[in-house]
Amino acid sequence: MGKLRDHIRTLVQLLFAALTNGYAAGFAKGSIYKGESKLLCVPGLNCYSCPGALGSCPIGSFQAVITSRTNKFTLYVIGFFLLFGALFGRLVCGWLCPFGLVQDLLHKIPFPKKLRRLPGDRFLKYLKYLILVGFVIVLPLTVLDLVGQGQPWFCKYICPSGTLFAGIPLIASNPPLRAALGWLFTWKSAILVGLLVLSMAVYRPFCRYLCPLGAIYGWFNPIALYRFRIDTAKCTRCGACQRACKLDIPVWETPNSTECIRCGDCRRACPHGAVCTVNPVQKGRKSCT
Amino acid sequence: MMEFLRRNRTAMLTLAVAVLFLALGVLRGETQIVFRKAVNICMECIGLG
Repeated sequence: MGKLRDHIRTLVQLLFAALTNGYAAGFAKGSIYKGESKLLCVPGLNCYSCPGALGSCPIGSFQAVITSRTNKFTLYVIGFFLLFGALFGRLVCGWLCPFGLVQDLLHKIPFPKKLRRLPGDRFLKYLKYLILVGFVIVLPLTVLDLVGQGQPWFCKYICPSGTLFAGIPLIASNPPLRAALGWLFTWKSAILVGLLVLSMAVYRPFCRYLCPLGAIYGWFNPIALYRFRIDTAKCTRCGACQRACKLDIPVWETPNSTECIRCGDCRRACPHGAVCTVNPVQKGRKSCT
Repeated sequence: MMEFLRRNRTAMLTLAVAVLFLALGVLRGETQIVFRKAVNICMECIGLG
């Protein structure tokens, strides 16, 4: 049953990635979709310059609005953060993010030494908040060119999802773009390759340490409609949930940790059935059944 | 219904603010900025500058 549930998650990830990146002609022509669905943001980190993308990346859109001439603040994109966050929290990371799917698949590849976490994990996990504040908000707003326009610093200097899903396919299928390759592409490719290799050894290094979107959704985990709780009458604090958790979260203590991506491994691993989702409509239920 | 709202009041309040922000964002013309960026190849995103 556990394996089946894991396959179901992979299937949902694949279907959602295909659904939101379904413009197949873009890959063949080396171009991107220009339809009206791009008015809307998708929940996960999904570059709008991916040839197949049918929607907009929320982090890219956020930077696009705050670096525009007219607006230095965006209610629209924050509205999407609040909407997806209040409904799902980091379920988006675990089930709906294409770059999360890539990291999941890579982690299935055997590697000489699989690590539960990177050395310095205690501090490294705060890096994503620094990236959110620095590269997504402060630098785009404050470092301006001659005409007073900022740049999307996160997309430009860090985002590996943009390199993988947009840069590589577009450059492969669009010769004029190939002619413009330079140091920036080399830098971004190095980040991508580093993260892809690291994903084989550590579970989801980008989500854990670098992703600003995961940092935002993590804040919603405790209040989202989809959230976990522990049946204290059943929980024996055996730690099986933490051992099963690939992010090494002590679920019995913090079922709604900001790091949890809702993969559900802890629920399947609990021998007492003490980890369950809060049923938002069921009245007065205290125990997991 | 009241029980549902009571048990999920923070999420429901956040959803209400989300809808309000989305509507105000549309009125402020932010959708057009997002759209313009999204339908042109983002050179920064693909690593070309």
